[in-house]
Amino acid sequence: MGRYVARRLLQMIPVFLGTTFLIYVMVYSLPGDPISALYGDKAADKVFVASKRKELGLDDPLVVQYFNYLKNIVLHWDFGKAFNGQPVWNEMKRVFPISLKLATVAIGFEIVVGVALGVLSGLRRGKFADRIVLVITLLIISIPIFVLGRVIQWTVAIKWDLTKPTVGGEAHWADLMMPGFVLGALAVAFLARVTRTSIVENLRADYIRTATAKGLPRRRVITVHLLRNSMIPMVTLIGTDLGTLMGGAIVTEGIFNVPGVGYTLFQAIRLKEGPTVIGIVTVLVLIFLACSLIVDLLYAVLDPRIRYA
Amino acid sequence: MPETTPTPQHNPEHAPTQVEQRAMDLATSEAVAIPTQASSREEVVAAGDGLLSAEEARSLASDAWHELRRNAFFVVSAILIVLLILIAAFPGMFTTTDPRDANLKDHYLGAPQWSHFFQADWFGYDGQGHSIYSRVIYGARASIIVGIVTTAFVAVLGTLIGMLAGYFGGWIDAVLSRVVDIFFAIPLLLGALVIMQAIKDRNEWTVVLALGALGWTQIARIMRGSVMQVKNADYVTAARALGASTWRILWKHIMPNAIAPVIVVSTISLGVFISSEATLSFLGIGLQEPTVSWGLDISSAGDVLRDAPHAVFFPSAFLSITVLSFIMLGDAVRDALDPKLR
Repeated sequence: MGRYVARRLLQMIPVFLGTTFLIYVMVYSLPGDPISALYGDKAADKVFVASKRKELGLDDPLVVQYFNYLKNIVLHWDFGKAFNGQPVWNEMKRVFPISLKLATVAIGFEIVVGVALGVLSGLRRGKFADRIVLVITLLIISIPIFVLGRVIQWTVAIKWDLTKPTVGGEAHWADLMMPGFVLGALAVAFLARVTRTSIVENLRADYIRTATAKGLPRRRVITVHLLRNSMIPMVTLIGTDLGTLMGGAIVTEGIFNVPGVGYTLFQAIRLKEGPTVIGIVTVLVLIFLACSLIVDLLYAVLDPRIRYA
Repeated sequence: MPETTPTPQHNPEHAPTQVEQRAMDLATSEAVAIPTQASSREEVVAAGDGLLSAEEARSLASDAWHELRRNAFFVVSAILIVLLILIAAFPGMFTTTDPRDANLKDHYLGAPQWSHFFQADWFGYDGQGHSIYSRVIYGARASIIVGIVTTAFVAVLGTLIGMLAGYFGGWIDAVLSRVVDIFFAIPLLLGALVIMQAIKDRNEWTVVLALGALGWTQIARIMRGSVMQVKNADYVTAARALGASTWRILWKHIMPNAIAPVIVVSTISLGVFISSEATLSFLGIGLQEPTVSWGLDISSAGDVLRDAPHAVFFPSAFLSITVLSFIMLGDAVRDALDPKLR
């Protein structure tokens, strides 16, 4: 177990370096000078641009810049400064908790509704309930989130006046319910389908027949025998969702005015604000890698036949 | 249908590799379980003695086709897709109104005229006085081009890389799998935003480039897993014993038997790419005027949502139906290729 974790952590190093470098190249090798871009339509002051470029180290070769950047993070926990002079880390300390809250709402919603729908339709395969769930999940997957979000915002918050239409800086749990619902909708649909497939496959397994033949109550057969054995694909999906939901909330956070990671990231990409983009993506990649390691370790918990030497 | 007995694939030695590759991802986790051609064929022949006695054993392809034709979801989605491709190819056949003809004075947010079939005012007018019907018709082309070209690109690239990694193993696999991991860790929409931001003249092809550059990893992972299952089959050993070249084994024996999950995932991701293009355009960083695009129209109509919901509704409905058609098609193909779920 310990050796397995160590090996996985070692494997993660090249992936981490590769991903962050890729993003670094994408952001910094893009045509157009970010400093001159700040001037908008006006002519840029050449002296200022040159001094600012020197200050930010933009004239060094890309690889050198990248390693200096990493060095600063590792040695001083310094993610660089945003264009407004604020350390990127301060910005991240502000936005990550908000997105984490939003993602928690979305994942909670995903697990409760997604598993319930999946189990329901898996157990009644081919029946009416199964068809209804199939149609609902197909619809949710096909309707783009920016349409779904606006329609729900308009109906729930403006027409029925049940909640605030936008969230704002405080990001209270109550206000995050509707955006979390919208953000999690797609994940619900995917989880319901994965759960259904997994349940349908396992329903015909020998151990289910044995459990039923032993006279166990149906409830116990479903929760202990069937669900536990169907959980590996479900855990895989939920595990990869945390990172996706935090970074992928660009549209949802925009619609509901949630000042979280996605919103900040989108603004930073539009302004070509390299340090902010790379800082946030670096943390997102770390979250993603940590989640996939945890998921792999959970496999061994869920299925004792899987052992890590 | 004959009930084939499913055999759980968890045998202890196999499990860790399955875990490590974690090819199962999102919608496609359902697709991975597709057995290879050889095994499903055996199952069909073995289980279908009573059913198929009069006919010859069918190949997987014709068996799948037989199954598909009776699936209502397939028929509906296929008809819709053919129609959408016709609209994308020949928009002039469906409307004579120019989608860029704007008349603010007479047509500002004009309401839909439900009985005026195929007329300019059928779906009403948008905030610029454009005919919405004409715009949804002409908007199909951008979505369909982006969807099909991106999918073709990622299918070829992903299949190639997955096949090399899965077949050769060793250091080739180690290197390619890390490359896949690196690209996989960047969310599609996020990476596409960064790439699109760099491009000044954005059009369908730059969107294809941005989505394709990051969208191939899933197919590569699935192909790798699929090839690893197939490569130790007896017919591969037989081909090698007969002196077939590596290239021939890969092309004639491995690929046809390992490609089924890739077909399913590609069909589903076609819908996902169309949706991503609309999202990019909606965010103002995808296609730009004067290109007619559903995403752009939904974005601009959002400002008048309360006064003219129809301006949002029609492009959204066309976009959703298009995505839905491809996802339904993928579902139907998966069911047809996977006898275990019947």
